[in-house]
Parts: sequence; structure tokens; C-alpha cells
Amino acid sequence: MQRFLMLVLLPVLLVVAPAHAQIEVDINKGHLNPLPVAVDPFMGDTPEAADLGADIAGVVTNNLERSGLFEPISQEAFVEDIQDFNVRPRFQDWRLINAQALLTGEVELQSESRMRVAFRLWDVYGEEEILALSFTATPDLWRRIAHKVSDQIYKRLTGEEGYFDTRIVFVSESGDKMNRVKRLAIMDQDGANMQFLTSGDYTVLTPRFSPSNQMITYMSYRTGKPQIHLFDIETGRHETLGNIGNMTFAPRFSPDGSKVVMSLEEAGNTDIYVMDLRSRQMTRLTFGQSIDTSPTFSPEGDRVVFESDRGGSQQLYIMNADGSGVERISFGEGRYATPVWSPRGDLIAFTKITGGRFAIGVMRSDGSGERLLADGFRAEGPTWAPNGRVIMFWREERGGEPSIWSIDLTGQNLRRVNTPGSASDPAWSPLLD
Amino acid sequence: MKFQIALFAAAALVAAGCAKKDEPVDTTPSQPPQTTDRGDPNANIDRGPVPGTEADFVENAGDRVFYELDSYQLDSEGRATLDRQAAWLQEYPNVTVLVGGHADERGTREYNLALAARRANSAKDYLVSRGIDPSRLSTVSYGEERPVCSASSQECWALNRNATSNIVSGAVSS
Repeated sequence: MQRFLMLVLLPVLLVVAPAHAQIEVDINKGHLNPLPVAVDPFMGDTPEAADLGADIAGVVTNNLERSGLFEPISQEAFVEDIQDFNVRPRFQDWRLINAQALLTGEVELQSESRMRVAFRLWDVYGEEEILALSFTATPDLWRRIAHKVSDQIYKRLTGEEGYFDTRIVFVSESGDKMNRVKRLAIMDQDGANMQFLTSGDYTVLTPRFSPSNQMITYMSYRTGKPQIHLFDIETGRHETLGNIGNMTFAPRFSPDGSKVVMSLEEAGNTDIYVMDLRSRQMTRLTFGQSIDTSPTFSPEGDRVVFESDRGGSQQLYIMNADGSGVERISFGEGRYATPVWSPRGDLIAFTKITGGRFAIGVMRSDGSGERLLADGFRAEGPTWAPNGRVIMFWREERGGEPSIWSIDLTGQNLRRVNTPGSASDPAWSPLLD
Repeated sequence: MKFQIALFAAAALVAAGCAKKDEPVDTTPSQPPQTTDRGDPNANIDRGPVPGTEADFVENAGDRVFYELDSYQLDSEGRATLDRQAAWLQEYPNVTVLVGGHADERGTREYNLALAARRANSAKDYLVSRGIDPSRLSTVSYGEERPVCSASSQECWALNRNATSNIVSGAVSS
């Protein structure tokens, strides 16, 4: 059975569009004044299709609301009862409830294995259709279609790529702190479809997605000794990345997915190495007795940011991808850790520890412009949405349980991410194909 | 700065105190359950653990040493414990040991893995300096993943910053 997703442009419902300014959402200020949007349940020609249509509209509504940039209007307030997807809506009815944008859609179950979902996005005040697309896929992919619809709306209204058709890999935690079970788990960005990837017989830590394909790298105690592993989401296969050093940890892929940069410990000393995944050749990048860890490539792959205590305490450094040209970039008070380069390349997110508290912050890659976005007794491990606008991290209050949170780069819109149990170490996938 | 140093010293004292008194806190699975013959209150005291057993090592040498915050320096108490471990290991030359390094929850996970590796190696290196063949000693870092005390308190943090010597093979079976 094919599970493909196909996207088609719909013919525009032609009208003479009045010359109104088009609606748009400012990503930096949108949270102060979220755009009122009406999401009409997608229509279906059968009860089954109509149910799926309502579910798709629900997922889209939830995505738009959680982004903080949109304010979905309750369906109970709707005036017009739209009966035909291919007829222009009565815009005055939508203006009555202050909707600025209107989403309509329809679901067609063409066969057991083929579903077509079409949608139109309307500028209510401009009285024009501003986006019309359809997706075809197997019906079990209805959530992914809802995420793709959300991404298209986000892109049309903000001018930036969306981040809804993505997944989060994380560490699911259970049991008391002295007998903790830590399992690798994966879920959709909105918390749906959670699946465990490891059994819980051994501890796993710090999973990270490949930016270029559906691979995950993580650290595991499966062999008794902490070692880096690879997991292929498509095949479900786990693989130990060689039995190297006394311990390998803190893995991260290069942007093209061909290399993994990591820390390797030998005789108590931790340095940064990079492994070419095809040849399995290791190249050492840092030397000396300091702890050098948490390395991350720049989006171009030409530089690596990492943390080191070579200056006396944990601070952030940048070096060229061959290990040359090391420069310290963090100079503030406290300790800096787990730097992660934004997919846009302009910013580095990090964990900061000062006065016994943890914070998540960002700085430019030259170390300037430091801003702290969120804090907690424990707040650690930032990971970027593929569009570089949202950061996820994990947080734990004193004596509490860890959970995953997201916050916008603006410092607004702090949200708890829904997980079935305690969770930490989130890593955001790239946009799915 | 003086205040900080005083605070760390206090934490270390608490750690040392707790380590001696609060045996129930220690839940290392390597410790066999203690059996007590309630019929004769003196029997257990007179007997003690069988020499050369893991229990003997834990009770008479001491299986763990403690560290200050973000440090892997051994203090005098730690060195004394490792001196006893070295003497015991000299007496039982077939015993091999895995030294596990541990950190408290107040650092980032990855840094804690590296810090705990330093701690495990500081204990190993000291044992080697006391004449134990390095081939008998291996190390593993558990970072902050295996605390022996679960509260988010100074007392627990002090207990959780340790290097613990676990006998892998060669001990007398009890």
C-alpha cells in the first residue's frame, strides 16, 4: 500500500478581488495580537469522510492556537453553515464574528487506500481566496495531512516555513529517581502518536535527529558502557556506532547527515571527535585535559560550537569543523552548556547555570545579544524547530518530575508539550517529506 | 568567595557523616542482604562478613569516596578509603573492580557524564598509585543517572557525588 503524500494546487475560485491590504502575521509581534481565524470543519461526502474532516480541522485548530500567532474562533459562534466547498463563503457572516482568515476544506475517500483533502484559505476582509491546495494520501495519514495544511497556512500568513509536520524524539522517564527507567520515545510535534523505541531495560540519553533524513543518534547503556547508537526510523534498526573509547556520548549529526560529532572519554579525559558514517573513521577535533562536550555543527557544516571547561568553568566555544581556530564566545556570569545552532544560522541556544538555577537562552554566534527565554530549578537542552522560531527544552522543578516545554524565540508563548508521562531530552526533527 | 568555600566544606562533612551513619541510604545492588540471627545478639557482631567477600570489601574497606561540587579532587577521607581498598585488593589479587563515577543533578546531563568519568578515573588512578595493577581496574561513568539518594537536597547531592568501586570478579563467595 502506498502511503505517499501528494500536493496539488487547486484552481482559484475566480472573482474580482477588492483592493484590500492582504492579511499577514508578524512572527515577532503576533503573540501580542493573535490573528482571529475561523477553521470550518472540513466537509465530507460520507459520514466517515465528514468525521475525518472534523478531526483534521481539530488538529489544524490546535496547531494554530499553540503557535500563539493565531486565535481560533469557537465553531459555536459561526454564522454561515457552509455547504459547498466550491462556493465562495458569505464574507459578511465571517466578519460578524471578527474572523480575519477563514479555512474551509473537504475530504474525499476515493478508495480504501486513497484520500484527497482539499482546503481554501480566505481573507475575510479582502474577500479573496489566498491559498487553495489539495493533498492525496492513504487515510491513515490524516494527522500528517492536518499538519501539512497547518504548515501551508502558517507559511502563507507569516512568510516563514512552518514546523507542524515534524516529530519529537525524547527520553520518556518513569519509576522513582533511584530506579529510573529511561526509554527512547518518539511522537508527533503535538504529542500524538507516541511510540517507544527502546525497551527500558537500559538507560538512554540525549537523542538527536538527523537534519537531513529520518535517523536518530543517541547514547545508551545497552552494552553496559555508555556508547553512541544510531536508530533508523524507517527500518526500526538500532546500531552501535562502534565500541570506541571508554565512553562516547553527546552525539549530533552534521547538516548533511553524513557525520556524527561527539564526545569521547578515555582515562577520564573528554574530547570532541567527528565520525564519518560511511568509513567509520574518527577524527579528533579537541585536545587537552579539559571537558569538551555538547558539540553541534553550524547549519552550513563549516563550524562547530561546543562547551569546554578549559578556562576554569563551562563556557561556549566555536571552532572550524577541522578543529582549528577555537574562539570563546560566552563571557557572562555562570556556566554555559549544551549550545545548539539555530537552523537559520544566526543564533545559538544554550543552557545557562547561575546561582543554582538553570535557564534557556540564545545569543548570536559571536556571543553578543544574550537573552534568557525561560528558567527553572532545572531547564536544559534546547532544540530548535526547523524554522528556527520555536525552541523546545526540558524542565523540572525542585523535587518534581521532568516535562517538555516550548517557547518562542521572542520569549513569548511558553507551553507545556503534552507527553503521556515524565519526559526530558527533546529533539526536534526536520520537516517531514 | 569565603562563604562558598565554607559551604562546600560543610557539604563534604555532611557527606562523610551520612556515608558512615546512614547505611540504609546505600542501595547499591552489589550489597547482599544482611541476615541477622535474632537468637544470639552477639553472633552477627562476632562473625562479621566472611573475609574476601564483597560484603567484607564494602564494610571493612569502604566502597565509595565522595567529592565536592563540580570537583574530582580526592579529600583526605577519600584517600584513606582508597588506601583501605588498595590494601584489601593487594590481599585478594584475583579481584577485579569496576569504578563507577557519579554526579549530582545540578549540572547538565552531558557535562555530568564527563565529570563523573573524571571522578571514576581519579579513584582508579589513586588505586594504581597504591600499587594495584591497572588491568584489574576499569571505569564507567553513570553521570547523574544512578543517584543513591533521591531528594533535591544538599545532603543527597553530597552523597550522589561519588566514585563507587564495584567488585566484578574474583571475590570469595559469601
